[in-house]
Amino acid sequence: MMKFRFRRGGHDPQRDRIKQELFAFNKTVEHGFPNQPSSLAYDPKLRIMAVGTKSGAVKIYGAPGVEFTGLHRETATVTQMHFLPGQGRLLSLLDDNTLHLWEIYHKDGCSHLEEIHSFALPGRPGFDSANSPPSIARVTVILLKSACDVACLGTEGGGVYFLELSGLTLLEDKALFQDEILQSVPDDYRCGKALGPVESLQEHPQDPSKILIGYSRGLVVVWDEIARKVDHLFLGNQLESLTWERSGKTVVSSHSDGGYMVWSLNSSSQKTLQPLLSTIPYGPFPCKAINKILWRTCESGSHFIIFSGGMPRASYGDRHCVSVLQGQTLVTLDFTSRVIDFFTVHNTEAAEGEFDNPRALVVLVEEELVVIDLQTPGWPTVPAPYLAPLHSSAITCSYHISNVPLKLWERIISAGEQQNPQLSSVNWPIDGGKNLAQEPTQRGFLLTGHEDGTVRFWDASGVSLKPLYKLGTANIFQTDCEHNDSLNQAEEEWPPFRKVGCFDPYSDDPRLGIQKIALCKYTARMVVAGTAGQVLVMELSDEKSEHAISVATLDLLQDREGFTWKGHDRLAPKNGTIAFTPGFQPSILVQCLPPAAVTAVTLHSEWNLVAFGTSHGFGLFDYYRRNPVLARCTLHPNDSLAMEGPLSRVKSLKKSLRQSFRRIRKSRVSGKKRVPTSSPSSKVQEANAQLAEQAGPPEVEMTPVQRRIEPRSADDSLSGVVRCLYFADTFLRDATHHGPTMWAGTNSGSVFAYALEVPSQEKFSERAVEAVLGKEIQLMHRAPVVSIAVLDGRGNPLPEPYEVSRDLAKAPDMQGSHSVLISSEEQFKVFTLPKVSAKTKFKLTAHEGCRVRKVALVSFASAACEDYAEHGLVCLTNLGDIHIFSVPGLRPQVHYDCIRKEDISGIASCVFTKHGQGFYLISPSEFERFSLSARNITEPLCYLELTRRHDGTCLG
Amino acid sequence: MNRAQRGVGGSRGLGTMEVKSKFGAEFRRFSLERSKPGKFEEFYGLLQHVHKIPNVEVLVGYTDIHGDLLPINNDDNYHKAVSTANPLLRIFIQRKEDADYSAFGTDTMTRKKNVLSNVLRPDNHRKKPHVVISMPQDFRPVSSIIDVDILPETHRRVRLYKYGTDKPLGFYIRDGSSVRVTPHGLEKVPGIFISRLVPGGLAQSTGLLAVNDEVLEVNGIEVSGKSLDQVTDMMIANSRNLIITVRPANQRNNIVRNSRTSGSSGQSTDNSLQSYTPHIVQNYHPEEEESDDEDIIIEDSGEPQQIPKAVPTCESLESLTQIELLHESTQNGFIPSSEVNLFHSAGSINMEYEIHDADQKSLEEDGTIITL
Repeated sequence: MMKFRFRRGGHDPQRDRIKQELFAFNKTVEHGFPNQPSSLAYDPKLRIMAVGTKSGAVKIYGAPGVEFTGLHRETATVTQMHFLPGQGRLLSLLDDNTLHLWEIYHKDGCSHLEEIHSFALPGRPGFDSANSPPSIARVTVILLKSACDVACLGTEGGGVYFLELSGLTLLEDKALFQDEILQSVPDDYRCGKALGPVESLQEHPQDPSKILIGYSRGLVVVWDEIARKVDHLFLGNQLESLTWERSGKTVVSSHSDGGYMVWSLNSSSQKTLQPLLSTIPYGPFPCKAINKILWRTCESGSHFIIFSGGMPRASYGDRHCVSVLQGQTLVTLDFTSRVIDFFTVHNTEAAEGEFDNPRALVVLVEEELVVIDLQTPGWPTVPAPYLAPLHSSAITCSYHISNVPLKLWERIISAGEQQNPQLSSVNWPIDGGKNLAQEPTQRGFLLTGHEDGTVRFWDASGVSLKPLYKLGTANIFQTDCEHNDSLNQAEEEWPPFRKVGCFDPYSDDPRLGIQKIALCKYTARMVVAGTAGQVLVMELSDEKSEHAISVATLDLLQDREGFTWKGHDRLAPKNGTIAFTPGFQPSILVQCLPPAAVTAVTLHSEWNLVAFGTSHGFGLFDYYRRNPVLARCTLHPNDSLAMEGPLSRVKSLKKSLRQSFRRIRKSRVSGKKRVPTSSPSSKVQEANAQLAEQAGPPEVEMTPVQRRIEPRSADDSLSGVVRCLYFADTFLRDATHHGPTMWAGTNSGSVFAYALEVPSQEKFSERAVEAVLGKEIQLMHRAPVVSIAVLDGRGNPLPEPYEVSRDLAKAPDMQGSHSVLISSEEQFKVFTLPKVSAKTKFKLTAHEGCRVRKVALVSFASAACEDYAEHGLVCLTNLGDIHIFSVPGLRPQVHYDCIRKEDISGIASCVFTKHGQGFYLISPSEFERFSLSARNITEPLCYLELTRRHDGTCLG
Repeated sequence: MNRAQRGVGGSRGLGTMEVKSKFGAEFRRFSLERSKPGKFEEFYGLLQHVHKIPNVEVLVGYTDIHGDLLPINNDDNYHKAVSTANPLLRIFIQRKEDADYSAFGTDTMTRKKNVLSNVLRPDNHRKKPHVVISMPQDFRPVSSIIDVDILPETHRRVRLYKYGTDKPLGFYIRDGSSVRVTPHGLEKVPGIFISRLVPGGLAQSTGLLAVNDEVLEVNGIEVSGKSLDQVTDMMIANSRNLIITVRPANQRNNIVRNSRTSGSSGQSTDNSLQSYTPHIVQNYHPEEEESDDEDIIIEDSGEPQQIPKAVPTCESLESLTQIELLHESTQNGFIPSSEVNLFHSAGSINMEYEIHDADQKSLEEDGTIITL
């Protein structure tokens, strides 16, 4: 009967009500940098910025905490976006040639984003000529008139259409076609050719009736809408973009040969104009196109010319650059990924004077957003409060710490500030909107470990994920190439490159990758463990220091015979003293041998102990006395795979691939043989038959997907992998004396419990820590042990070290009998202590067929009752759903679908916080934040002051 | 002595019976009370005694009146042998390890010219190995059909018992589609099917599961709506006591019940499964379920005397081989490389401590090994 006790549906209405007050699932906010951004827009009136992505998402950002997200129904690339300034409306153009109007509206005092209209330019058969390509009506550029009533759409066919914005209706009679323009063009230019697609549309900054139209083949005209005639005409090279100077007296055009031209409109008498200036800034050798150019006037100095591209094709054709030129000062901003778009934050209102006075340059590149302060000499970078490129090096692990003490918080912030003295101190220029969310009740760190050996600290307390501090571990080791050399060399050259941004996905050495992190928030001690079996014990220091690191090695094999490690070598630590900046500084390096990746790590700062495990075994190290306490091999004698390291697995994969290819080839050859060759008369038939033979899937693919039903056996590969380690003060040996214990769980369902003899604080230096094996539990189902936790007499999880002594947690109940909760990939089980016998269990896999991927003990506070809270066991399965169980009863409470089951990296990256929230990666650069708690929710709540009156009427 | 027994044998009518027993090349003669033959165990002991082979496992056979060599391995066939012996009970004894089972059976004595040649040179005529029929006490269920009374006759609920890890469960499942009767008529729905049986595996040896059987339930949980991987994991998680309900692809071997002799087709009775689901619950016995995953706990409270003495199941034996016990509390677990040998001699240490165990009375209640 027991197994059917988890019947769905409520029996007890009161319990159902409590559940509703405790649990609620919401995906609240996406942290990080949008994956594959494709367009950028800025509203100078509301001071908000929009980023569109290839998946059709629209994200709007203002002041930190002001965020809106929308998703087009079509998953098409957002190619262009334009704000209707001040109105909180946004026009987006998708890859599929549809236009969408988005609107920020107010509800319950908060602002929200929604799509209100969409429009597709009708394809017009027979409009131009019968055989015209279908792309003729494809929108290439959009211009929003400053009156915000009409949008002009430039098309591939060269026509310009006018769209009424309030309802997205086409103003058919106003459309402007090439033939009307061509009438004004001199005969020698015309010579029977089309003008090409519309490349740029720009409104005259002073006179809204005039628009600048640039055609791809080089013709630029100033069109008077009212008079319907061409005012001026410029003939240039293949055109890329156009911009007005603020006064409307000068026009700048950029071209595909890497040059730009400046045209003056002063001589209004003449219709066809010659450029004032024509230059190829990075010439004389052939250059790439200048994709976009801006001209900004400046009161205090000469004007700014900012353009993207234009690099010498042969030598720097592969660089992604934006050049900023002011007078004689030229800086070539060198990005590590493709430039999507850029804009300047400058004065736009007439009341603000007659100069642009640009404050900042905002550049969106494929992998990050960079803001340059143009008012401070040297044009430093402004640190962004959001849109952080989480993936600047690939994320290898993440770790969350709730309730960070203020002291640690401040020390880490100050360590982070000292890391980047060259950053600009100006305020974030995109600061529109008001964050209505209340101050976070507690501070939370999200720590991400990266492939290049860095650990990044993020402020995860609120809606915007702010980078706080970056810890590098690469400088401790001797790696093949040194980091900064290549950068310094480039400085002498011309163009004057300046590396900006931090996206650098290329890791020097994959062994540096961070696998596991543990941090004690009270003592500011941290353990960081990596791919080559390195375990670094670190301490937070406010002063910079220069010291040597002591190295200890620990052989986890314990001289097991018959095993040879064929994987990577250990990382060689640098000799002598190493300089460290303020922040976390390593004191000891413990090297596991063989140097396999560390799979589990835990820290107990009160006992000065760190425990770590690899695929071979686990070790316990006393970092105070700097000596090893315990090493234990967990390898099964039959398990040879673990020893060979990752390389030989690749080989076997290769081998099996080769075999399966051979099988395919064989089946094809045998298939061909059966083709009847006896009747040469019907060659067509023969060919058809052959085609059919080939088209049919080979035999290998014919067999459908099937799964072998085999119980888990002890000699599964990698059975010795240590999956979890845990310290607890509990009853292991007898029911009257509790004491320090260490627990380890392996991939094959073994749990080892050690009783520790830890000397009292005063005697740390005199006596050594001792460990004695107390118990060994072999779970009969042999599934990997994912987590171990000890519950006190009241059934609550034991508090962290120092939590009780600092009055941050209730003291655990040491009177009642303790129990240990062991979570395997298949079951949860609670055993009594010290005499281990099963109390309760839940066999998740047996019922649901899913496997446990992540578990956490979480405290759920009630949304209705201030001081009511319950502990729950939260579990994420391989199907991406989240189950919550009561503790210690292990009764299922609720379950939610959270992650798609195909999203393996998302499931693998999930972390839970202590209070019912969680994070998982939705792309290499973005964390989705979700909450399971009905009370503890972090979501954007913000308000934008809009200037539109009613729908349909726009400000004139 | 033999003579004396013969003398007794002379008065046959009084109820004694002559026994001629042969083991290898040696003969023994003795007599038995025909009316009080006793139990088979006693007779077995007597045979071991008279042949002076007290610790040798043997197979006992006799020749009946038709000249067949038949086994004696329980009270029933022993009594039968005694009652039919006329006038002499001929007993043939073989060592169990080199027993030739083909010697037993009908016509064995007449077919072969001389049964002795079989017994004496067992490897002489062995062409095909015979199936070993174990003693009744050695039998254990490997599979059973259960809940026949509550299931529709088109379905079959099979229980597979797995002991240890010596034999694989041995089958594969795949995705497929089956036709169901729904309120909207016939509909194709995705289903899970048995795709392959591993030769020699448990599933094949039962004969109760076959390729293309549709899997409907695993341990009382319907598989509809679950993915192939989910069903795989459910089966593996329940592998120690796997109960699967299938609709056999071959419906001809079904159990025909009197009440429903008009065999309805598999498709049409599908829906009836729903109404049976509540009953299914009753058919699982918690204690059976509990028995399927007994975790092994080995406690070592640092006192070196406490060492596992007895090992209840074969699994624990296996896991014991991995267990290296620390036997010196000061040793601390961390072994400097010079002293590593201590770890490797775990086996011999075990032996040593077992001697200590004998005078350690508290051993049992301390529960050096607890199975849950």
